[in-house]
Amino acid sequence: MNLEWGVMLESLPRLLQGTLLTLELVALALVAGGLLSVPLAMLRVSSNPVLRALPLAYTFFFRGTPLLVQLFLFYYGLAQFEVVRESIFWPIVREAYWSALIVFTLNTGAYTTEILRGAIQAVPHGEVEAARAMGMSGGTLYRRIVLPRAYRIALPAYGNEIILMLKASALASTITLLDLTGMARTVIAKTYLPVEIFLVAGAIYLALTFLLVNGFRLLERRVLRFQQPRTA
Amino acid sequence: MPHRLTLTLLLVLFTGPLFAETLRIGTEGAYPPFNTIGKDGQVAGFDIDVARALCERMNAECTFVTQDWDGIIPGLLARKYDAIVASMSITEERKRAVAFTDPYYSNSLSLIAKAGAKIDTANLAKHALGAQRATIAADHATELVGDDAKLYDTQENAYLDLGAGRIDVLVTDTLPGYDWLQSPQGQGYAFVGDKIDIDDKIGIALRKGDDGLRQRLNAALKAIVDDGTYAKINAKYFPFSIY
Repeated sequence: MNLEWGVMLESLPRLLQGTLLTLELVALALVAGGLLSVPLAMLRVSSNPVLRALPLAYTFFFRGTPLLVQLFLFYYGLAQFEVVRESIFWPIVREAYWSALIVFTLNTGAYTTEILRGAIQAVPHGEVEAARAMGMSGGTLYRRIVLPRAYRIALPAYGNEIILMLKASALASTITLLDLTGMARTVIAKTYLPVEIFLVAGAIYLALTFLLVNGFRLLERRVLRFQQPRTA
Repeated sequence: MPHRLTLTLLLVLFTGPLFAETLRIGTEGAYPPFNTIGKDGQVAGFDIDVARALCERMNAECTFVTQDWDGIIPGLLARKYDAIVASMSITEERKRAVAFTDPYYSNSLSLIAKAGAKIDTANLAKHALGAQRATIAADHATELVGDDAKLYDTQENAYLDLGAGRIDVLVTDTLPGYDWLQSPQGQGYAFVGDKIDIDDKIGIALRKGDDGLRQRLNAALKAIVDDGTYAKINAKYFPFSIY
């Protein structure tokens, strides 16, 4: 098959414009979801069963349903209710951008909560005991010992979550947003060259993932230095 | 095993013409009243009725394949089906990728808004416009407002957002728009402004080079128009002729 290289090149500026929106959505959702996950993960390991149940219900829903369903329920579903359309939240829910951002945040927040919960539970018990012996408790213990240690344990799994989020963000195109995938589909509607345009879009996703993977490799090498085999 | 495969292939090759031809027809199934999925899970609508009438006339056995709209031409080219009967407008751009039969109906564009809404049809750019992605209506909307036009995967989603007030004006093909306005969901909405004549003819898309099939479809189309079968199907859906 002959590829239309000229069209691929011509589509690049518009696809890069879409890439900016993809990056913006993913970056903001990761930051907000990350902030959300810290207190929730701490609640998840609480000894109080009521406090534990709350974040569990949240992560169960968001990890247990497809992101596409969550997006549709939020964007098309909520808008069907008069109450929602007349509420103060409507200016936000009305916008596809905010809908996507909120759903992405809640979705990645749920996964990050569970990643962090596992990491907190994996912090070696001896270290916690040592900290307690030094007189640390509660907030200080978490701030100085548990969380810094948990972040390092969570790092490889979290790197994976970022990549998954980047790719899942393609679903933004289903609620009219012109992210990288949305832009690609709009260009395809004009050119009828799905193979060419998706090749370019795929290459851009791949390039972004490549940067992320390598960024995380460097980060892991630095913060997990203590785990590496000693060199002579 | 390879022998059995060869044998099967030979059988198919030599005995094929003895049986009625099977034609796989691609359609979308999300574009009432032309093609939709009925309560029984089967495709139904004007396109489907016309396709069945054509198949009957051609003594061909027809099976229907549903495919999302923005992948419907790629699906044809990938030989997932042999013809698209899905209310596809004949355009120069599409003609570069596929061949078309003679038109089997004509369409224009219309604007739909909430009944009584103040829509400045001379200056649509100041309203939020929406349309279904990869359609003539979408082309028209993007010509007016560029990337500000909101493009939906299906016409149903566009209606939902018109109902939610996320878009003020829906640019749509007139006939499905007419059908929606008759439905319970369409109550409280109305056409605004004039019809936009875009010289839009609807044809059946085929792979380029399938000239034999094209000629047979054209002949069958002429036959069902001449003998009144077409008019009967037309009357089932619209009180006016759409040919």
